[in-house]
Parts: sequence; C-alpha cells; structure tokens
Amino acid sequence: MARIELRDVVKRYGAVEVLRDINLDIQDGEFIVLVGPSGCGKSTLLRMIAGLEPITEGDFTIDGVRMNDVRPRDRDIAMVFQSYALYPHMDVARNMGFSMEIRKDPVQDRIDRVRGAADTLGLSALTKRLPKALSGGQRQRVAMGRAIIRDPRAFLFDEPLSNLDAALRVEMRLEIARLHQKLGATMVYVTHDQVEALTLADRIVVLNGGDIQQVGSPLELYERPANKFVAQFIGSPTMNVLPVTGGDHGVTVANGVTLALPHLPDTLQATELGIRPEHLDVVPAGAGEIAGVADVVEHLGSDTNIYANIEGLGSLMIRKHGNIPIRSGDRLGLRFQTENAHIFAADGTALRRATGSADKAESGHAPTRSLDSDPLAVLLEDPQ
Amino acid sequence: MTTRVQNTVMPGEPRARRSLYWQYMIEPFLYLSPAIFLIGTVMLIPLIIGISYSFQAIELLNPFDTGWVGFENYLKLWSDRKFWIALENTFWWTFWSISFQFFLGLGLALLLNTQFFGKRLFQALVFLPWAVPTFLSALTWAWLFNPVIGPLPHWMASLGLLSEPYNIMGDPSLAMWGPIVANIWFGVPFFAITLLAALQSIPGELYEAAEIDGATPWQCFTKITLPFLAPMIAITVMLRTIWIANFADLIYVMTGGGPANSTQIVSSYIFTTAFRKLDFGYASAIAVALLGLLLIYAIILLWLRKKLVKI
Amino acid sequence: MAVARSHPALTVGKYAALLGYLTFALFPLYWLFKIAITPDQLIFTEGTNLWPSALTIDNFRTVLFQTDFLAYFGNSLFVSLGTAAVTTVIAAGAGYAFSRFDFGGKRLIIAVMLVTQMFPLLMIIAPIYKIVASLGMLNSLTSLIVVYTAFNIPFATFLMQSFFDGIPKDLEEAAMMDGCSRFQALRKVIFPLTLPGLGATLGFVFTAAWSELLFALMLISKNEAMTFPVGLLTFVSKFSVDWGQMMAAGVLALIPSCLFFIFIQRYLVQGLTSGAVKG
Repeated sequence: MARIELRDVVKRYGAVEVLRDINLDIQDGEFIVLVGPSGCGKSTLLRMIAGLEPITEGDFTIDGVRMNDVRPRDRDIAMVFQSYALYPHMDVARNMGFSMEIRKDPVQDRIDRVRGAADTLGLSALTKRLPKALSGGQRQRVAMGRAIIRDPRAFLFDEPLSNLDAALRVEMRLEIARLHQKLGATMVYVTHDQVEALTLADRIVVLNGGDIQQVGSPLELYERPANKFVAQFIGSPTMNVLPVTGGDHGVTVANGVTLALPHLPDTLQATELGIRPEHLDVVPAGAGEIAGVADVVEHLGSDTNIYANIEGLGSLMIRKHGNIPIRSGDRLGLRFQTENAHIFAADGTALRRATGSADKAESGHAPTRSLDSDPLAVLLEDPQ
Repeated sequence: MTTRVQNTVMPGEPRARRSLYWQYMIEPFLYLSPAIFLIGTVMLIPLIIGISYSFQAIELLNPFDTGWVGFENYLKLWSDRKFWIALENTFWWTFWSISFQFFLGLGLALLLNTQFFGKRLFQALVFLPWAVPTFLSALTWAWLFNPVIGPLPHWMASLGLLSEPYNIMGDPSLAMWGPIVANIWFGVPFFAITLLAALQSIPGELYEAAEIDGATPWQCFTKITLPFLAPMIAITVMLRTIWIANFADLIYVMTGGGPANSTQIVSSYIFTTAFRKLDFGYASAIAVALLGLLLIYAIILLWLRKKLVKI
Repeated sequence: MAVARSHPALTVGKYAALLGYLTFALFPLYWLFKIAITPDQLIFTEGTNLWPSALTIDNFRTVLFQTDFLAYFGNSLFVSLGTAAVTTVIAAGAGYAFSRFDFGGKRLIIAVMLVTQMFPLLMIIAPIYKIVASLGMLNSLTSLIVVYTAFNIPFATFLMQSFFDGIPKDLEEAAMMDGCSRFQALRKVIFPLTLPGLGATLGFVFTAAWSELLFALMLISKNEAMTFPVGLLTFVSKFSVDWGQMMAAGVLALIPSCLFFIFIQRYLVQGLTSGAVKG
C-alpha cells in the first residue's frame, strides 16, 4: 500500500516544458484518474511515477521516501500498458510470472500465484498459449494478471482499454473497478475517455497543456468546474458556452436577454456563461428566457437530444430524459436552470459564490455535497 | 561500466545512487563505446593520417627522400594525364554500372512484389550473386569472357556483335564492358533488396483507393509507387554511386587497369600507385581528390533530394 | 497486382522476365560449376558446350588434397566467423543505443558513420598498413578481424537499429517494471526477439568478410596466413593453365557464403522494411 506525493514536479525535454509545477497527493488505496486531451502530459506524468522517465525537477515520494532516483525495478510498482506489452516469446503463465522469475521467488510460490491470478481473471484454460494466439480482451487480462501477481504497492494503468471495442471496454472497466475494491491498492489510471474517468475514479486530475487544471471527485468536477476547460472537458454531451456581459447579480446574454444569477453575486467580470445540456428546459414557444427553432433532434429512447438554433446566439444543445415529442423545425422556448449555470471570467476561470474562503480552484478535499437529483446518472451513460 | 555492475549485484538494497537523469545520459555511450572506439582508431585516425600523407613524399622505393612537400603531390596530379583518363573512366564505369543496376534492380523488385509460384526460392536464387565473393565474381566473369573456356565471345560473334570470338578485355575500346557487366551482375540484387523493402512499406490501401478512382496500372506506378520510392531511390543511388566509384576490386582482378590504362579508374589507380609503385604520398593525394569529388556529388544529390522529394 | 492476372500477355511477359533474371543470375555460377567437373582433356575441345560429355571430380580432389586450399579455407572461416561475431555484438550495442536513447551527439555520430561509408577505403589503406606494420601485426589474422570489424560496424549498426526499432519499447519498459535491470530486460526480452536480426547481421558481415580482397592482399603476404581471396589469386598466377582446378576452388569458396546468404536474405528485406524507409 502506498501514499504517493508529487511536489513541484517539472518535466522538460530540452527547452520544452511538458509538465509544470505538479503538486499531487495520492492517498493510500485511492483510485486516481489522470485525464486530459492528447499531449497534455498525462502519460508522461504516469511514466515519471513508474520511473520510465526521469523527473527534471521536484520531489516524488512513496510513503515519504524520495523515489526520484530509484530505478523502476526497485519502486515496487506494477504497470499495465496501452499496448499490453506482453512478451511475445513467452506463454501466458510465464508472462504473468515473469516478475517473480526475475526476483527469484520460490518456484512453487510462483506457480500457485499464477494459477490464482489466472483463475481470478478467467485465464486458466489459456496458460500455455502464446500472446499471439489470444484475443484482445484476453491479452488485456494477461496484462492485468501480470500486474496483480506480485502484489505491488501501487498499480499504474496507461490507457489500458483504448485498444478494445466498446462492449469489451465496458466489461473490462467493471473488472478494473472490482479489482480495486478487492485489492484496495493505490491505483493511478491514465485515460482520455471521461466516462472511464468518471466511473472509476475516487478523484480525477484534469490536465491540460502541462498544468493541472483541477483535482476533485467526479461530482465536484461536474458541479463546480474550476474553469471553462474543465467544464467543457467533463460531462457528455459538452457544456454549452455563450458569450455574456456581466452585470450586478446577473448576466446579459448576447441577444439581450438578462439572466438573474442570485447564487453568483460575483458576476461583474463574467464574459461567458456555461450551461449543461441537461440544465436547459424545453417550454412552449413564447415562454422561457429565449426562443429557438429545433434544428436536429436525436431520439435515443432514454433521452432526447435537441440542437436548437437561437437567433443571434448560434446553436444550443438540450438533453432531456425520456422521449420528448419535438421534431426538427418546431419552434420552442428554453428556460435556463440558473442555479446550475456557470460563469467564466475572460481568462476562463469560473466565478463563484463569495464564501469567504477563495475556492476558485479547490484542490479536492472538500466534502462531497449530497444531492436530491443525481447528475451522475446522466454522466455515467456511455455516449456510444 | 563499473557503476552498473555494482548496481546489479546488490539488488533491493537502499543505496545512494547517481541520479537516474545522469544514468540516462551516460548509458547509451556504454553501448556505443566499442563501436566509436573501433571506428575512431581503424577509420578516422588513418583517414587523418592519410590526408596528411598527401602533403608528404613517402616512397618506399626512395626511403631517403621523405618529408613535407606541401601541395607538390596535388600539382603533380593536376598535370598527370593518367589521372584525368582515370577520372573519365571512373565516370563511365560508375554511370553505366549504376544505370543498369538501378533499372534492372527496380524491375526485379517490382516482379518480386507480385505473387507467383515458387517466389521464395526464386528470390533466394536471384539474390545469390550478391553473396558471391567479389574476387570470385571477377574471376568468373573474366573466364566467361575468355574465348578459350567461356561461351560469351562465341555467342557475341554469332550475334554479329564481334567480328570473331576474341577477348573483349584485350581491346582498349571495349575492355571496360567486362568489369561493368560483372558489376551489374553483382549489384542488381542490392538494388532489388532495398527497393523491394521500400515497395513493401507502401500501404496497400493506396492502390485500392487509386483503382477505385479509376487509375490505370501505369498511373498507379507513376503517381503512387515512384513518389513513395523516391526517398529510398535517392539515398540508395547516392550511396551506391559513391561505393561503385570507390570499388576497385573487380577491375583490379579482371583487367588490372589495362589494356593501356583503358580500364583504369581512379580507385584502381590509387591502388596501383600505392602498391605497385609504393608511392604512398601521391596515392593519398589522388584519394583526397576522389573524396573531395564524391563529397561534392553527395552534397548536390542531397540538396536535389531536399528540393524534389516531398515526403 | 491484379494486372498480371487479367492480361495473358502480361503474364507471359512476367514469367519471361523472371526466367531472364534467373538465367542472368545463375548462368555464371553454372559455368563455374560446369568447368570444375569437366575432365582436363575436354576443357578446350568442348570449351563452349553447355554440358560436357564426361564428368570428373578429380579437380575437387586435387584442390582439396594437393594444394594449400584447406589452409586458406580455414583461415577465411576463422577471419569471417570472428569478424561476424565481434561485429554483430558491437553493432547490436550501438544499434540498441540509437534505437532506444536520445542523447547529445547522436546525430553527429550517425553522420560520422554515414561518412565512413563514403570515403575511399583505399585512402586509409596506406596508413593502416603502416600502423599494422609498426605494431608487428602483419600476417596476423587478428589484425584482419579488427580491420574488417571496424569497416562493417556502420552498416551492421544501421541494420540492427532497424530491427530494434521493430520491437516495441513498451516491452522492455514492462520488463523493467517487472523488476529487470535494463541489461536483464535486454537479455531476457529483447534478445530472444532480435534473433532473426542478429542472424541477418551475422550472415551479412560474414559474407562481406569472406569476400574482402584488398586489405587481405595488403596485410597478408605469408602463404600460411592467406585468406581465400588472396590464396585464390596466387592460385590464378601459379596455375594459370589449370582452369578445372581453379574453378573447383571457386565452387568450394562459394559454398559457405551462399549458404549463409540464402538463410539471411529474407531477414535483410524485413530489416530494411521495418526501419530504413522511415528516415
């Protein structure tokens, strides 16, 4: 078990800074997901924890011991690679037992543990096969077996599911979640898929351009994104963003409509307003704050997605539970659930209620609020 | 080396170690050092010595007359008629060898990139000339051109190419073709292997897409195959040209530069000067001149490649 | 290509071309073999017949047992195997460094290696002769191995690099996470996967060393230290009338390098495909 700490960590390739001032505490047994667009540095960060990339500056400790200069083999961390990285010339059993072979653990011990892991992962019938004779899902399982076999202090996952098809991905995601429950080990998981992040994580770290944008539980990131990037990156479908002018206790949308935002007194510097598709209500034409015309309507059965054209504003997306009887070309009115609106300053920072403590970019230890309605239910559906 | 060995003999022990960063910097040089050492001592140092020889008089037959002579060797070179003949011969030798090797090699590579019965055996057999030791290919072709035991003069005579079956390598106007044919035979497989490798790396979908777009096979060849091969062609032709211009073995064994210097190329002239006349100083000057010319050629070709090749 | 299948004329043309290449490639070798098995008295009378009316293996017997042929053969085998083994080990190290590390001076070292492929080796023949002579290493097979190794390192390195490039970096990283040192990862994971590459490089260098003539000619003058090419050339001058024996010696000289080459040629194409084209 391990508590992992990163202090002021910087990574440079020559003059190019790929990670800046990374500060992160990972608690013992926590499941942390690093998420962000490609090129944001999330894989580099993971590889630095693994010891596969040297750390340019800063300190990295596991259980209080500085690990910067400890080689990967001595860190006692297991890693599952995106490509699985199974040894092509070894059969499944030897692949899984390789770490124990290297450490010269007793042979009987090794055989027992390989058998145990193979049983757990449903690989017992395949232990004599070579990787090339396995399907993608089976290879993925072997890669996980190789990681769990030696009971490491922490597990690292580098986009482990990205090479699987959609159905298998859901299945393996559940398996990883179960594994975490069962082992209770510290896990760090890299993905660009926000659904994986939201379902698996205790806490999510959102990275962009080499900076940590926000750290927090899935709900925190959904409800209180620290900035426009996080707001748009987390949540599917993506949050609508409209240009506004800030006023006192409210904003004016570009086409002249004024929205009162009593829960957000600090609205003077607002330049944009964010509203999630599920926080817009469809009302009869003429009612609501703005009027629009339904452009494309997607009936998904459980939900209806409406893309509405608003004069002077462009397109807004609305998502409603159930089957809403609206067709393309219908005129409709829209009402903002203003208590769920977000406003952003010119630099993208989210403006918040003045609560004395400046919680602009909170680092995630705030207790999670309990909610009447569960927005996660919306969040967790696979977009596929 | 020592730090790594120490690290591996006591695994698991907590120890002060140099930073990983340092290790990442130094480690590649451990793997490279034997190569760097050998290339440095066996090639680069002799190269520098060789260049310095070209400014000295070093004649083994004349051991008392040694010393620095400045550009004397080069001035001698400038007025050496044999050198200019050799230079002209080098040009034709290289030009004809490379042209035939390239076009025959390209044809072979295109054939090998198709499917046919017995392809693997065919490929192994047709590449075989490359494996034949150079001196042996030289001897074999010399024998084939010999009217006493070889069939070629007789065949050429009956085809009307020759008035009677004689050895073309005794005829100053034709002698060069002996080594050139041997060189073509020996060099086609190299081109075929490299071009085949390049052909196999062209994604098949490109041809399918082109076919759907209605391209004829000839259009496929000129619009897809050639542009994809171009970088490989440029680099291979460049390396092979330089290599062939330097390649004296075939000529040395087959004709020795004769008759009447008609097959003397610059590199065989260097060899004769150094090891027949034992005049190392002058031989080095010729070699430096050849190196200079080849470098100019390489720079021009690389520049052209940069200009012309888009991918 | 579907084209060949659709036009019968093209198919015929293709097979004619294949036959043409095959004849061009093999005829000289066939001729070598033919004369070697022709009895002496028929060589001149049937000089240009495609097949002799009588066969003999006397030439082979004479070459093997009444000349220094076996000594040359042994020397060449020693030099070529030694060169191939040493070069492959060194080139594997260098190729691995090029494939897996990014370090200062990498481009410079690669450029220098490319330049060594360009300059006339004849240029360094005199300095090497002087150095070897001053070390008292003339007529030593070891000096030949050292020189050949250096000459072959650059190409062998590029070849090995392209084979290493074909092996995912993830594999040795996984091995390091599993507890290997880099060297262990190399030995247990990468090495078994590079065996075809090592074989190809070994064969390539062997063939090159087996045929080298000029440096052997220069550094070796004693009969008992001669390698095959040098020995065969003295053969030519000594027995310039005995065609049958020379050809028999030639056929025997051909055997090892051809065997090696048939084994490696497929991997050569593979190696060049995976790496070289990218640059």
